[in-house]
Amino acid sequence: MTTLQRAIETVTTANDKAFIPYIMAGDGGLDTIKQQILFLQQHGATAIEVGIPFSDPVADGPTIQAAGLRALEAGANLRTILAEIASFKEEIHIPLVVMTYLNPIIRYGIEAFVEAAEAANIKGLIVPDMPLEEADMLTDALAGHDIALVQLISLTSPTERIEKLAAAAQGFIYAVTVNGITGTREGFDEALHEHLSALKSVADIPVLAGFGISTREHVEAMNHSVDGVIVGSAIVKAFHENRLAAIEALLTVPANQ
Amino acid sequence: MMTTTEKKGRYGKFGGQFVPETLMTALQQLEQAFEEAKQDPAFHEELNGYLKDYVGRENPLYFAKRLTKKLGGAKIYLKREDLNHTGAHKINNALAQALLAIRMGKKKIVAETGAGQHGVATATVCALFDLECIVFMGKEDVRRQALNVFRMELLGATVVSVDQGSGTLKDACNEALRYWVSNVDDTHYILGSALGPHPFPAIVRDFQRIIGDETRAQILEKEQRLPDAIVACVGGGSNAIGMFTPFVDDQEVKLYGVEAAGKGIQSGEHAAAFADLKEGVLHGAYMYLLQDDNGFIQEAYSISAGLDYPAVGPEHCYLHDAGRVTYEAVDDDQALEGLQLLSRTEGIIPALESSHAIYYAANLAKTMSPDDILVICLSGRGDKDVQTVQQALEGK
Repeated sequence: MTTLQRAIETVTTANDKAFIPYIMAGDGGLDTIKQQILFLQQHGATAIEVGIPFSDPVADGPTIQAAGLRALEAGANLRTILAEIASFKEEIHIPLVVMTYLNPIIRYGIEAFVEAAEAANIKGLIVPDMPLEEADMLTDALAGHDIALVQLISLTSPTERIEKLAAAAQGFIYAVTVNGITGTREGFDEALHEHLSALKSVADIPVLAGFGISTREHVEAMNHSVDGVIVGSAIVKAFHENRLAAIEALLTVPANQ
Repeated sequence: MMTTTEKKGRYGKFGGQFVPETLMTALQQLEQAFEEAKQDPAFHEELNGYLKDYVGRENPLYFAKRLTKKLGGAKIYLKREDLNHTGAHKINNALAQALLAIRMGKKKIVAETGAGQHGVATATVCALFDLECIVFMGKEDVRRQALNVFRMELLGATVVSVDQGSGTLKDACNEALRYWVSNVDDTHYILGSALGPHPFPAIVRDFQRIIGDETRAQILEKEQRLPDAIVACVGGGSNAIGMFTPFVDDQEVKLYGVEAAGKGIQSGEHAAAFADLKEGVLHGAYMYLLQDDNGFIQEAYSISAGLDYPAVGPEHCYLHDAGRVTYEAVDDDQALEGLQLLSRTEGIIPALESSHAIYYAANLAKTMSPDDILVICLSGRGDKDVQTVQQALEGK
């Protein structure tokens, strides 16, 4: 079992729910990476998704696009971010999951990237523009490393596809709660909870919901159906506006069992 | 056949389906609809009817007598895609994909556009078939191609100006993809170039190969033999792949693709991905791609909005590596020369995109003998560019 999956299951077997916040690494400068990670760790994050800025983030909405631009201007890229994380890795006790588009990895060199990720103690990887059909580019290089390649699953996909993705998933399953890009939304589809329950029933690893989850109410609602949530845009926005209390509030939603 | 697809949607190592998971099901549905349509005689009958009576095909393969004489080399023929309804080759693909969307029961269309030719073509077919149409266009292109923006709006489309990045074609593609991800249930994305995730490069190639198919039949009729060389401009590469495909297996026909060198390769402000040869992934495909050392995509530049894209379609990448097609680059000033040359010798004002091919072909023709035959794909007409050209020429 990967370290990432174990960390989530440690939470869920204690009748709690996992909470994975997303940060845009380098938004506010490279030194905010350490501040933000340690803050989230201190306030109970199960793991942290570390977003790498990209010039063409097609899966991201306006909030994360804007944060990515600020991070790019601050000199953040795959190389500088991994080096920064490696510099304080002894202080990090929860798994970090890198979320990056594929091209920066290709340019870095796949083997070299995996080595650098391991040196920074990265435990998971999400590549939003690399579906399972293309994953063999990375799976060979990741073999033998404790870096879980997390699969995103779209709930409206045909059942056979969902089963295939669930079987290949590592760490946890990232259930995309809306057909869309990242960002905050008003509400969720009625059918969503049925889809999530169906996914839970075919998955033998934890299922976390993400995309569009931005309020305590959203988190509570999702926690009824799945093992936890990923919150991105709302966290990124709050860090940018220095509203740390809002982040704490999201992190302390009761498990509601 | 050199253009076989080994792994699904791959041209050698290029191509693929590098998209968010949310789009995978839509791409599989599209592939299925495309394969079924290809086998369906009723689809071809309907498409051919519109191509003939609405687009005005077949268009001529015109012998450019004065140009030939002036250059003193090979006999030059022009494939007149500029005479199509809406003024460029883009309508061939937009029309066929709209029919495909209707087959899939999708009533809304999203498209990206650079020069605006694909946007106009898409807005046109949406008006024709009563489909809702939203077109994303980079802010810079909206400025350069104001007339085309107005044309699209006149046709009933909603044009959204994209501020992100360089405000050109790649940024319009990003927004169109984002829109498609969010509206995939009822919306079809009419991608305009031989780019994007599988099956788009194959769809665009197959719907554009009518250019090459007609050319082949026409040259055989006029000259009783195949041409010695064919030249086409390459941004993403749709007119070129459509022109080249029927000739790829004829080794005696030399094929030339002409990219935009912008202000010169050395200046860094260009759109010539083959000048750089860095591999990467953008908009769903593995291609040669302009990028920096961190893998961030570089902003392409060309005076011609339609060539202003930082990569070339995956099948072109494959044809490049296979050595079947020679790719060269022509800069802004040379393209302007090509535009004026054709305007004055033949009374045809070509699009700035096509002018890159004309400039290259003019030099190539001089090195060939009068018995040789050279075909240029005149992919579009220059009406849309007159203002840009005026500014460029008067600015000197």
